[in-house]
Amino acid sequence: MSTPIIELKGVSKRFSKKLDFAGKILQRLGAPVRDETVHAVDGVDLTVNKGEVVGLVGESGCGKSTLGRMVAGIMPASDGTIRWHGKELAELTGSEGRRAKLQTQMIFQDPMSSLNPRIRVADIIGEAPLVHGLTKRSEYDGYVDEQMRRAGMDPTLKRRYPHQFSGGQRQRIGIARALAVQPEFIVCDESVAALDVSIQAQILNLFMDLRRDLNLTYLFISHDLGVVEHLSDRVVIMYLGRVVEEAPSEEIFARPNHPYTQALLSEVPRIDARKKSFAGVKGEIPSPLNPPPGCHFHPRCPFAFDRCKVERPMLKTVASGHRSACHLNDKVA
Amino acid sequence: MTALTAAAPTLEVRNLQTHFFTRAGVVKAVDDVSFSVGRGKVLGLVGESGSGKTVTGFSILGLVDEPGRIVGGSILFHGQDLAKQSEEQMRQLRGNRIAMIFQDPMMTLNPVLRIDTQMIETVQAHTKVSKEEARQRARDTLGMVGIPSPDERLKSYPHQFSGGMRQRVAIAIALLHRPELIVADEPTTALDVTIQAQILAEVQKLCAETGTAMIWITHDLSVVAGLADDIAVMYAGKVVEKGEVAPVLDMPLHPYTAGLIGSVPSRNKRGEPLKQIPGMTPNVMRLPPGCAFRTRCAYATEVCKQEVPFGEVAPGREVRCFHPLFPAKQGEAA
Repeated sequence: MSTPIIELKGVSKRFSKKLDFAGKILQRLGAPVRDETVHAVDGVDLTVNKGEVVGLVGESGCGKSTLGRMVAGIMPASDGTIRWHGKELAELTGSEGRRAKLQTQMIFQDPMSSLNPRIRVADIIGEAPLVHGLTKRSEYDGYVDEQMRRAGMDPTLKRRYPHQFSGGQRQRIGIARALAVQPEFIVCDESVAALDVSIQAQILNLFMDLRRDLNLTYLFISHDLGVVEHLSDRVVIMYLGRVVEEAPSEEIFARPNHPYTQALLSEVPRIDARKKSFAGVKGEIPSPLNPPPGCHFHPRCPFAFDRCKVERPMLKTVASGHRSACHLNDKVA
Repeated sequence: MTALTAAAPTLEVRNLQTHFFTRAGVVKAVDDVSFSVGRGKVLGLVGESGSGKTVTGFSILGLVDEPGRIVGGSILFHGQDLAKQSEEQMRQLRGNRIAMIFQDPMMTLNPVLRIDTQMIETVQAHTKVSKEEARQRARDTLGMVGIPSPDERLKSYPHQFSGGMRQRVAIAIALLHRPELIVADEPTTALDVTIQAQILAEVQKLCAETGTAMIWITHDLSVVAGLADDIAVMYAGKVVEKGEVAPVLDMPLHPYTAGLIGSVPSRNKRGEPLKQIPGMTPNVMRLPPGCAFRTRCAYATEVCKQEVPFGEVAPGREVRCFHPLFPAKQGEAA
């Protein structure tokens, strides 16, 4: 196996809110206030190999977007190492650092808030390649046209502004912009969540066509298991900042190991399920400000036992390429 | 006889037309919509953004604001035409015998009032009871929708609830008067999968227990598949296909329904391209004459430029299409 495109080892991201002046005074006076820290991502290992589509699934607040941002190099990690082609991302400087950043691009959920409303589409797409010397002023128009055509857009519309397009078209602009710098790795953060079903299908098909044509690698972040199942080769499930399970797509949907994954899969409404009786895992997603000790899932887990409340389960291999973080696996053995 | 027409339905909408008279022209947001829901049944009203499904819901509740107006058709609630009621009469019905649940509970709950204030107010708006009795009823209803320790939660403000809990509160408020009809507009769209499943479970239980008829407005076919008895698919202000859930989803007759189902990613088609519908939803202000879907439809012919009648093409199956996709044809296409 060649070196993976991106390799994360024990990566964490903490966001803390420092006490303000008033808070500090209160603390001096003995009030029970302190700095608040959110462990958005907590010791995550993740590997993405060349040509792979990895689906990253989780509910809101599980840290999947934060992880995506760290992978894309938009946000530094608080702890752990991120290796890009075997080299540590944080230590790359100069031209190599720029290349690493260019090679990894991100497509966001809401194209309206990720496209500058005051810049014409042609410049949204063409500005970066021009700055990075991927195209010249003289070839600029042709280059932009080609990028737009590839994303399934009519190049005659390039003088327009983002607000003049529909949601699906705007998402295509986002895709064209990401692909214009000729990346090899794309991080899609809920890129189809805001679209109507028929438009979503068009964009998903476009993603798959582009993958084939340009030999792209994707990290596909979504809460929609149907979408992830359709696209991904491998699926990673997150819960409250930690990876709870990872396996090849077919394996995880056929034989989910972690109780959370099982619950998630059984509750996804499916078009082929009629008059289903929904059951629901009990309880709420706990606040990441104050996660439960031990296994984060234990307060909602029907199989939790004493050990789950104190010890954090580590990812362990349960089958070939299939890893799960659950104490139940030890119990059986 | 299908389940749709059997027994007297709780609500029957006939040829409803709601138009918006804007400065730029008339927007026919709802243009000829008919369906009915019976006691304890769930109707899934499915469509993409701009198809008029929300305006249909608003029309039933009499919530259409200027410049919108119901210009035709009737909304029969136990035989009484809601389209012809006065504002005062609608007030008596709304929140009492007909209730609505909205997509975003943060927008519908008052952020500066405690939950108990809002719930007691709702109870007292329609029944003469003491404050204590009203509080009792509010507490019982909160318990019914699965909110733990309802006594304490009554004293909370909306922002102190999580998204799923807030939606439960909104559902509880809708249930306070044990309505005969609930119109739910995308109530679980903003929620996480596990929370959505909890809400769906509560809703299923309530419909079965109380006999409430429910109109579930959504864009998500998978939710309708699991929840609803009947389904009505809307496109550009019109119902294009209607019937029981299983036959419609297993063998869609309208090309749009078929396209919509083909667009849903699912296990069976992993890795294969999705059957996408080309083009995009048309601007309701400038609809092509005849079938609004014909510009995106693979089966469209000259005849589709004429007005398409909505009618039964097979037992229990109503479709607005000149070329319904009977199995022979579907085999051809595949």
